Order: sequence, then C-alpha cells, then structure tokens
Amino acid sequence: MSVGTKKITIEPVTRVEGHGKVTILLDAQGQVSQARLHIVEFRGFERFIQGRPYWEVPVLVQRLCGICPVSHHLAAAKAMDGIVGVDRLTPTAEKIRRLMHYGQVFQSHALHFFHLVSPDLLFGFDADPALRNVIGVANRFPELAVQGVMMRKFGQEIIKATAGKKIHGTGAVPGGVNKNLSVAERDPFLKDIDQMLVWCRAALQIAKTYTLEHLAELADFGSFASNHVALVRPDGAMDLYHGNLRAIDSEGNKIFDQVDYQGYFNYIAEEVKPWSYMKFPFISKLGPETGWYRVGPLARVNACDFIDTPEAEAARQEFKALTHGKPNNITMAYHWARMIELLHAGEKIRELLNDPDLQGTDLVTRGERRGESVGLIEAPRGTLFHHYKVDKNDQVTMANLIVSTTHNNTPMNLAVTGVAKKYLSGAVITEGLLNRVEVAIRAYDPCLSCATHALGRMPLSVELKDCTGQIIDKKVAG
Amino acid sequence: MNKSIHLTIDGKPVEAKHGQTIMQAADAAGIYIPRLCSHPDLRPIGSCRVCTVIVDGRPQAACVKPAMDGMVIENDTPELLQHRRNIIDMMFVEGNHFCMFCEKSGNCELQAMAYRFGITAPQYPFQFPEKAVDASHPDIMLDHNRCIMCARCVRASQELDGKNVFQAIGRGFHRKIGVDGEKALADTDMAVGDRSADVCPVGCIIKKRIGFRTAIGRRLYDRQPIGSDIEANATP
Repeated sequence: MSVGTKKITIEPVTRVEGHGKVTILLDAQGQVSQARLHIVEFRGFERFIQGRPYWEVPVLVQRLCGICPVSHHLAAAKAMDGIVGVDRLTPTAEKIRRLMHYGQVFQSHALHFFHLVSPDLLFGFDADPALRNVIGVANRFPELAVQGVMMRKFGQEIIKATAGKKIHGTGAVPGGVNKNLSVAERDPFLKDIDQMLVWCRAALQIAKTYTLEHLAELADFGSFASNHVALVRPDGAMDLYHGNLRAIDSEGNKIFDQVDYQGYFNYIAEEVKPWSYMKFPFISKLGPETGWYRVGPLARVNACDFIDTPEAEAARQEFKALTHGKPNNITMAYHWARMIELLHAGEKIRELLNDPDLQGTDLVTRGERRGESVGLIEAPRGTLFHHYKVDKNDQVTMANLIVSTTHNNTPMNLAVTGVAKKYLSGAVITEGLLNRVEVAIRAYDPCLSCATHALGRMPLSVELKDCTGQIIDKKVAG
Repeated sequence: MNKSIHLTIDGKPVEAKHGQTIMQAADAAGIYIPRLCSHPDLRPIGSCRVCTVIVDGRPQAACVKPAMDGMVIENDTPELLQHRRNIIDMMFVEGNHFCMFCEKSGNCELQAMAYRFGITAPQYPFQFPEKAVDASHPDIMLDHNRCIMCARCVRASQELDGKNVFQAIGRGFHRKIGVDGEKALADTDMAVGDRSADVCPVGCIIKKRIGFRTAIGRRLYDRQPIGSDIEANATP
C-alpha cells in the first residue's frame, strides 16, 4: 500500500429514506479526489413482476416503498392505461388520481421539510446532533412540529379517501379508478384546507428566508451547474401528474422539449457503475460525462414556464428573480422549491375539492389493447419512469423503472464531493463533515430504497479511504 | 322418519332435519362452523378439515357427518380453534400467498379465516414452493401459487358445469390441480361463465382484467367477518 492515500466512509446516512454509504477517496496528497454515495441494497422488482398479470402491477409495484407508494401506484397505472388502450381517462378518474397524487406530494413534502430537514435549518449544521433532530424541533418549536404532523395527516387522509388505504391502496386501476369521492368524504378536507394553506405559506417563508439569509454559504455548498429534467404541460406549466418531458441546461436553454414520454428511451440512457446498485441516467445526445441532470422540486421549478396556481406562481417568480430568470443551481435551494410545490399542491387540492367531477360515477374506460406502454409521473422526489411490455396472455414480460433518486445519482455524488472537498481537513471524519455530507444528500430527499428498489430505512456510513482502498477512518451517523 | 333430530352444539340445543349434515344444521341454527372446501352448491368431501368438530368425543368433519339424534357436538373450544389455526397456517406456508398484491384480498376466504382466527403471521416456516401460472385462457387465469387444494373447482366443473376441466393429480405435498391432466387452460372447454370460475375461495382461479375494481372498504370481508352472515341467523 502506498503511503498517504486515504478513504473516508459515512455510514449510515440518517434522516433520508433507505440505506446508504458514502466513501470519500483521497489522493496521495491527502486531498479529496472523489466522493461516492453507494447504494448497497438490491431488490429486483423489475425481474419478479415478470409473469404477473398487468392489472396487478399498480398494486404490486408500489410495494417498492412505504414512503411514496402512491407515485409508483400511479406511474404503473398510467402505463397500464396505455396497455388497455386508454389515452384519456374520464374526468372523474383523472381528477381522483390527481387528488391522490397531490395528497401524496403534500404529505411527502411536509414530512421531509418538517421532520427531516427542519432540524438542520432551525438549529444549524453544527448544532449538537442530540438537539438537531425532530424531537429537538418538537421541544423548541412545538407549533411547527404539530403543523408538520397535521399536514402529513391531511395528505395521508386524502390518499386514504382516494386509494382506500393511507399506504399501499388500490384506487387506480388500468383505465381509471375504483371509487370516486363522496360529498361526505370530501367535506372534512374542505373544512381543513384553508388552515393547511396558512401553514404552507409559513413553511415556504421559512425555506425562502433561510436560503436568502445563508445565500453566501449555500451558493458554495455542494452546488454546481447542471441540466434539469421535468414534465411540463403543453403550455409550459408545471404539472406534477402528467405532461411531456423537458430538459434544460444550467443556463435555461432547452436541450429537448415537449417530448412524448412514450419514447423516453430515445432521449435518456442509463450507465452502470460497479460500486453501486443504482444506475446513472443521462441525456443520450450529451453522453454520460455531461448529460447527467437533476430532477425533483428544483428541476421542476427551474424547468417550467409558470405554475398554474396563483400563490405558487408568485412564489416561483420570487425564486426565479434571485437568479434573474435563469435556473437556480444551488443544491440547498431544493428546500425552497419544495415548499413552493407544497403550496402548489395545497392550492390544487383546494381546486379539486371544489370540483363536482369528483362525485362522478364514470370511473373506467377501455380501448384497444397494446403490448407496450410507459407511465411517467412527477413523484415528490422527481420524475418517475415505469415502462412495461405485456404479452397476449396479459402477463408482464419486461419492466424498466427509473426512479427519481436514480436520476439524481450523479448530482448527489457531486454534491457530496463538493462538500467533502470544502470541509474535510486531515484524515479524520469530523462531526462537522459528517453533518454536512448528510445535509447535502438530504437536500435531494433521496429515497434509496426506491432507487435500488431496495428495502429498509436509510442509515448512512461514511468511510475515508486512501487511493489503494485502505479504510483509514469510518463513522456511522444515526 | 319425519321426527326431528335433536342435538346440542356447545351446549345449545339445535334441531335438525333428516339428511342434513352437522354443518347444515348448525348453519340453520346460526352457529358458524369454519370451513374452506365446503360450498353450499357442491357435494361435500371433508377435505380441508377446518370444519372438524368433536362429536361425542371424536373428531369429525362437520361438512360430511350426518346430523343424528342425541349428538353432543363441540365446536367453539380452545382446542378446536387451535386445530383450525394450525390448518390455516399450513395452507399459508404451503403456497405462495401474498395478500398485499393479490386481487382476491378482501374477498378471499382464506385471508378472512386468518383474520377471524387472529393469525397475523404463520407459526410454521414458509415453504416457498415453485408453482406455475397458467394465463393461456383469454378470460381466466390460474395462479397455482394461491391454490389450497379445496377441489371446489373440480366438483363445480363436474357437478354444475357438466365438464371435467379440473382434476386433483399427484400425491402428498406434490398434489395439485390439473387441467385435463397436464393441459393448458386455453386447451379446455372452460368458459368464463362456468360455475367453476366462481367457486374458488382464494385467488387461484380469477377472471381476467377485473382485479381491484372493488375499492378497499367495499369488499366482502371489509364489511363483515367471514361467517357473520350465518351467525346473523342465530336465535337469541
């Protein structure tokens, strides 16, 4: 072994969903050469749904995850709409699914912000870990903690009312939904929605103020120029449920736009690396070196031309003003963008609750059977791809899933590398470094169980390795 | 011969008619004896043994044992509950029953039975047997992973449909439902309107493309536990 080559590992990473490990590789001079977020779990859903009947897939595949199963449920259902030849659902079916989805985004964003992220923002990255957690928030800011719980509950109850259960429901079926929303089911949500919107505005204010007050530090905190990919409506509006693919570069120039996602594979490719079960997607025509991109709240707010709900649109304009209309490439701005989406989801829920189509009874449609179909949705963490082939016996023969966290694979690695370069001093993993690596990863709200279709909560370990692979320090968080 | 039969079940006097089985007499009296292979429209075969009761001190299958005058029958005892739990447990581990994504969930008699008996996890090790799926038929799918060998389909095909689509083949652990011997379902004269497509207590024989159409909360056993329809007949 050569002298002076080192490796740092952080494992497990805490307050993200799933299980991850970070390795920081040092060069012969003891400087950070590369940091890698390893995804070390494997589940193989794509293989074992082969042979299952297509109508089972939306219910089966959501078992990938207990955090945002609705996203998988809906992406699979959208793909299966195509298999049964349906390009347009009935108004009731589309709006019930949208309500389910906005409920999911609402609860997921609230959970992430209030329970996982707020300790970092409220207490600072260097605060004692004993304080910097959700219990610390509950003690110091009890109203905020209660708001987080109540907002999550609101979203979960919407999911239950539309999917039958808060987790792993069955509401979406190929070609439609299996229930509408009765007036009796709707009214409790109408009663609470205005309060929810008050709390959304307050959360947005916290995220915005935090970003602006710490702009100098955050601009250099795991940040980098990147491409951004998101679904947008044909008119360019943000649409979390359905749209066409748009990719922009770090300056806002369009790489592709209004791409029908049925042909996503002509625009997006995936690369495999030996040290992770998670694949590395990239924009085909740019190649793996420069074609990687970000997805999720930051990419969506960056990529869309406008948001079709007034308060979220006003918030988007403020967000874009900071970068003079260009995409915002600050990793920690994810939190601000996420809270803009939280408000958007709240506004959309209010709009839908007042729509009588939710009480309609025309729930399922059918068309001419097809053999292959793709379903895309903007899941809370970013664009989610489900691609299936189904044979004449109705059995799945091929499945390809590209989940949000997988798209963010390269960006997360770059964020960790950037943070490690800035904050690692010597060959020892300090608490400050450990914290900051976690904060950078957490900005992406990764769901690593999803990303590898893997099981479990995510504790993070960090290893420091020399260039020969020898571990010279190791620290476990959580 | 027309004289009524008088017996007791768990100490409760029950009147039965000649020709009735213990299960039929109990049903009429509003006493639920759990069962899986038994079906009201099919000849009973006493196969699953879930309906085992103690008749005058000896275990008997209530679905096939004729009711007789003076019988003293035990049904709801801790020993029999444990016996039934064990059988249901074995059915779960001997197949591949994944309720979480099975379209029969909520309408499944095996699942409902497990809920009724408070079974949250099997006590025996899962066998994870390799079982086939036969999706060859345009309207019906046969998922052997979920079969509990109740043979309702065998009887329904013969007795109600006048066909012979299904037969039990093999022995012991390797026993399975055959389709005209070893054929695919598409090679038989089975039709989606056949009664044999309706009687499966689990998610083994399913009609294609209608799975999950009933919302959670509206499925049969979401509304009431299995057996409560029979118990509703009970006289105070």
